[in-house]
Amino acid sequence: MNWIFEPWPWYVSGPLIAFIMFLLIMVGKNFGMSSNLRTLCTICGAGNKVDFFKFDWKTQRWNILVAVGTVIGGLIAAYFLSNSEVVNINSDVVSKLNDLGFESAGKSYLPTELFDSNDLNMKSIIILIIGGLLVGFGARYAGGCTSGHAISGLSNLQLSSLIAVVGFFIGGLIMVHLIFPLIF
Amino acid sequence: MRSVIYLFIGILFGIIMYKSEASSWFRIYEMFQFKAFHMYGIIGSALVIGIIVIQLIKRLNIKSFYGEKIHFAPKAKSFSRYMYGGIIFGLGWALAGACPGPMFTLLGAGYLPIIIVIVSAVIGTYVYGLLKDKLPH
Repeated sequence: MNWIFEPWPWYVSGPLIAFIMFLLIMVGKNFGMSSNLRTLCTICGAGNKVDFFKFDWKTQRWNILVAVGTVIGGLIAAYFLSNSEVVNINSDVVSKLNDLGFESAGKSYLPTELFDSNDLNMKSIIILIIGGLLVGFGARYAGGCTSGHAISGLSNLQLSSLIAVVGFFIGGLIMVHLIFPLIF
Repeated sequence: MRSVIYLFIGILFGIIMYKSEASSWFRIYEMFQFKAFHMYGIIGSALVIGIIVIQLIKRLNIKSFYGEKIHFAPKAKSFSRYMYGGIIFGLGWALAGACPGPMFTLLGAGYLPIIIVIVSAVIGTYVYGLLKDKLPH
């Protein structure tokens, strides 16, 4: 059973993600996490101002429960199913990140430079805010995120999802290769 | 009862997102550097199995666990919204190192600054709702 406490390899994780999609289809729902961001807007009352958020959020209650489960799953995995939080990324990537000022590369799960709650500086807060805004805006504009397009949509052979996933990669490559050298 | 099932599916998903390291900012960065197969293996194998599963459900006319007909809603046809929206999403995915699933996972894993990302993502979604009719779709 020791393997459970080690990081799971891709050939275990990938099929399990397909299994999650299968389970959701078989209970008559669909796999898409970013819809919850819209539902959260509606729960906060956004429907009074903007029509896009005017819907009965209770129809999305099931997906909010999936999201709550995801939080609990993260807690269980991090506190009870892991004996190390080091992510063994490629050594070239570690040195590249070290050059950019990420000393925590290869030593932690998330970069402490951005996610250390005891040592949050203005720059990391701004980066997290901009990152979140782009993810939320982009996911809804594109009509889905990694789960809705890259997994559900592509599995259903949707051309629209292929365009979206190509977009995800164009955006990611621009950020990492062109913008990171300017901000880090 | 159904509520418990949704919660359970979410818990399983959260565990997978954390243990696969798909919730790690470093793995996302590494993926966009093309320096490891890990993330491509995860998405690729999920996809191959996902395609087979959906084809089987369609061809064999498999019913849901509750005996209902399974309906796959096709995505609306467009280019601009998927491309522009996708690029904007990708910029944020690489910067924050988290897409919506992992955001919730990391909250549970105790990385509290992710709350800033989640709140911003909700606000970003709201801004999209505000500007929706002015954007090319």
